[in-house]
Amino acid sequence: MLTSFGIINYLSAQSGPWWKVFYDFTSLTKNIDASLHNTMSPFWTTVTELVIVGVLFILFYAVIGLFLVYAERKVCAFIQNRLGPNRIGPYGIFQTVADLIKLLFKELIPIKNADHFLFNLAPYIVIIVNFMVLAAIPYALGVHAIDLNIGIFYVIAVSSMSVIGVLLAGWSSNSKYSLLGAMRSGAQIVSYELSVGLALATVVVLAGSMQLSVIVEGQRTGWFIFKGHIPAVIAFVIYIIAGTAETNRGPFDLAEAESELTAGYHTEYSGIKFAFFYLAEFINMFIVASIAATIFFGGWMPLHFGANNGFNRIMDFIPPVIWFFGKTFFLIWIIMLFKWTFPRLRIDQLLTLEWKYLLPINIVNLLVMAFIVLMGWHF
Amino acid sequence: MDKIQLAEFIKSLDSDLEVKEGKQYTEVIVPPSKIHSLASQLIVKEETLFDFLACITGVDYGHDLGVIYHLRSTKHQHMLVIKSRTTDRENPQFDSVADIWETANLQEREAFDLLGIKFVNHPDLRRLFLTSSWGFPLRKDYVDNDNITS
Amino acid sequence: MEEKVKDTGTEEKQDYIINIGPQHPSTHGVMRLVVSLQGETVKYVEPHLGYIHRGIEKMCESLTYPQIIHLTDRMDYLSAHINNEVFCLAVEKALEIDIPDRVKVIRTLMSELTRIQSHELFWASYGMDLGGQTCFFYGLRDREMVLDIFEETTGGRMLVSYNCPGGVMYDLHPNFQKRVKEFLTHFRKVLPEYDEILTNNVIFHERTVGIGPLLREEAISYGITGPSGRASGFSCDVRKHEPYSAYDRVKFNEVLYTEGDAFHRYLARVEEMRESMNIIDQLIDNIPEGPYAVKMKPVIRLPEGEYYQRVETPRGELGVFIISDGNKTPYRVHFRTPNFANLSVLNHLVKGFKIADLISIFGSLDYVIPDIDR
Repeated sequence: MLTSFGIINYLSAQSGPWWKVFYDFTSLTKNIDASLHNTMSPFWTTVTELVIVGVLFILFYAVIGLFLVYAERKVCAFIQNRLGPNRIGPYGIFQTVADLIKLLFKELIPIKNADHFLFNLAPYIVIIVNFMVLAAIPYALGVHAIDLNIGIFYVIAVSSMSVIGVLLAGWSSNSKYSLLGAMRSGAQIVSYELSVGLALATVVVLAGSMQLSVIVEGQRTGWFIFKGHIPAVIAFVIYIIAGTAETNRGPFDLAEAESELTAGYHTEYSGIKFAFFYLAEFINMFIVASIAATIFFGGWMPLHFGANNGFNRIMDFIPPVIWFFGKTFFLIWIIMLFKWTFPRLRIDQLLTLEWKYLLPINIVNLLVMAFIVLMGWHF
Repeated sequence: MDKIQLAEFIKSLDSDLEVKEGKQYTEVIVPPSKIHSLASQLIVKEETLFDFLACITGVDYGHDLGVIYHLRSTKHQHMLVIKSRTTDRENPQFDSVADIWETANLQEREAFDLLGIKFVNHPDLRRLFLTSSWGFPLRKDYVDNDNITS
Repeated sequence: MEEKVKDTGTEEKQDYIINIGPQHPSTHGVMRLVVSLQGETVKYVEPHLGYIHRGIEKMCESLTYPQIIHLTDRMDYLSAHINNEVFCLAVEKALEIDIPDRVKVIRTLMSELTRIQSHELFWASYGMDLGGQTCFFYGLRDREMVLDIFEETTGGRMLVSYNCPGGVMYDLHPNFQKRVKEFLTHFRKVLPEYDEILTNNVIFHERTVGIGPLLREEAISYGITGPSGRASGFSCDVRKHEPYSAYDRVKFNEVLYTEGDAFHRYLARVEEMRESMNIIDQLIDNIPEGPYAVKMKPVIRLPEGEYYQRVETPRGELGVFIISDGNKTPYRVHFRTPNFANLSVLNHLVKGFKIADLISIFGSLDYVIPDIDR
């Protein structure tokens, strides 16, 4: 109620048309903050703001999760020359809601001799890690929950913690198959962390800062993938491959698709706990895509070439929110295409790819980028 | 080699064997204990070179139990049929040729499973399709009033 | 099936036994594989059979010859027409009747169409086993065209029962030629797409090249026929060595490779699809006129004796051995099925490879389990 108070305040004080808010959310957030301060003590203001942001993020997580599951099924169907869900709701958009309700009703099967505390903790760790990363991403001008000055470093560090959730799930299930699957997943995630980190470091060298808002601002005259030409393109390709591998997706899903033989780390989970792991996988994919969109393609920054020309002003016409989500969903679409086109890699081929091919290329690329930045041979 | 030359050659290997002209292929009738020695010769001799065992068929002739081997040579493209019979229905024993042709391993197990024919020196003679307490269905005196109606 | 009682080796404690159970998406039927692992490497694989054993050979002893044709369908259901053909050819050889030309050409055309659809299903399921799930839908989409052609003429899509001793049951549908030509044009356009998706794919090469190599001598000794054997250099095509039906008047190549690994077994099948299309091309325009069946006696009795006939199915050499004692039902029928012989080599090929390669090798040998169990 207080928030709506703030919004009404803001809207009534607005000098331009109402939809200007979509181009710059800072005025809206400042207004809400001010109205809250006026009514409550600073402590309670902070608490209220934290609660509001938390609820918004939970809603965002849920909505994006639902949308991505539906999108995956539709994309998969269209590649395979069929229709996909089209019964529940127009064009099947409520299919995921129906699946969610079904999963909520499923029996949560307790495991004998399993470590119950860790068993129940594992899905929550994965979700909490996801939230922590989602909070650091700039979605639009003014919509940025945590703007740390070590933004990228924080993202890489926190997303590494999801390995703990995976290993805990496999270990606490008290089943040799789950443990094997968890070990494999764990090894895969940890290996590809290196490539992800180095690819992002390459762009940090170009941008000169780890702070995500500075990186986005730095792309006002052109996206880094164009500014950094060759090393940036190589870094992008490596990042996409490593990011797909990190989320256990696409051609790198032997650990869980080998549910033919040794089922993945989440075999013993049923009902809503399985839904958490499943959802976390999709949000991980969203995170990988959104970080790539932010770092390489400018985040919410529209496509600009140079500064202050007519082309830029035309591009500015589209709100930054649309730019951000457009880029992210385009990259998500590409990652989904990988999964449905290629056969799977064997686990040793997967690890060979990382350690013998991606890592050396990455290191050399980083040196090349550093050299280019030093010589000023970038746009 | 055509059928007649083949028949003569096999007769020359061992004059005790009964070789005759079947409608399609040359047939050799062997006592059960001589199968292995004949087979090991047939696979190495240049004139015959029977390196492909097409199938092993177990037959219940009513009083006897028998085994029929269809052999072929990939080089000469001629075919031979080896037949063997025994009147011992309780414990029929034939030589196993699993060490000569690897495919005989599974084929002999099938004959054992469905007809109860035992093969001496088989590396792993167990039942294949049925459980160990089942009878031998392909025998003519197999009775199963629950599942088979006359 | 009886369990193995004795030991497998000295390191029992490190033996890690897993079950690839009867219901499984990759085993193409109901078969249980008991795999003994050491770490990631397979030590031995033991197939447990019998889940779909229906006693076809026993049933044949109480059915008349035309009735047995319907049983042969159900052995290897992907090559149903060819299974029917082998039995009809054996009966016709025993009765020494001459088959009209039209029947021979019809049988050959249907056999080649069967071969194409069986190899297409192999392509579809092999891709899916290895993780490229889209391949399944693409392969089945094109296979539908062949099944529609079958349905128009014979009434059945997969289990056709079109052959009968003396000829075929009904004449070809008037649309047959047109539909087959449409299918050929469509499929020729689509086959390069298949190559792009799987054959030239780097990940697919990693999963199949050098996996499960089979030498020619081993193929002969284990009795591996069909594309699996031909990929190892074993020239075993019955259509070339002992031509039946109309195969003596068509020109086609026998697809032979020497490497014998999973990739070449796969490649042999894809090439065979092309060869089948060539055969159909040569015959589709010149189907001779004439009767579509020879008048047979109402009750067929084979003269006493033993008859062996073999044909080339998409999986290998299928042989039928009939012992007749002059009655209207045979005395003993034995089917030498290609999959049964091909199964014996699985343990030998998988030893020493990783468990993910087991799926790759198993898929490349292209089993149809009801053929093994009969």
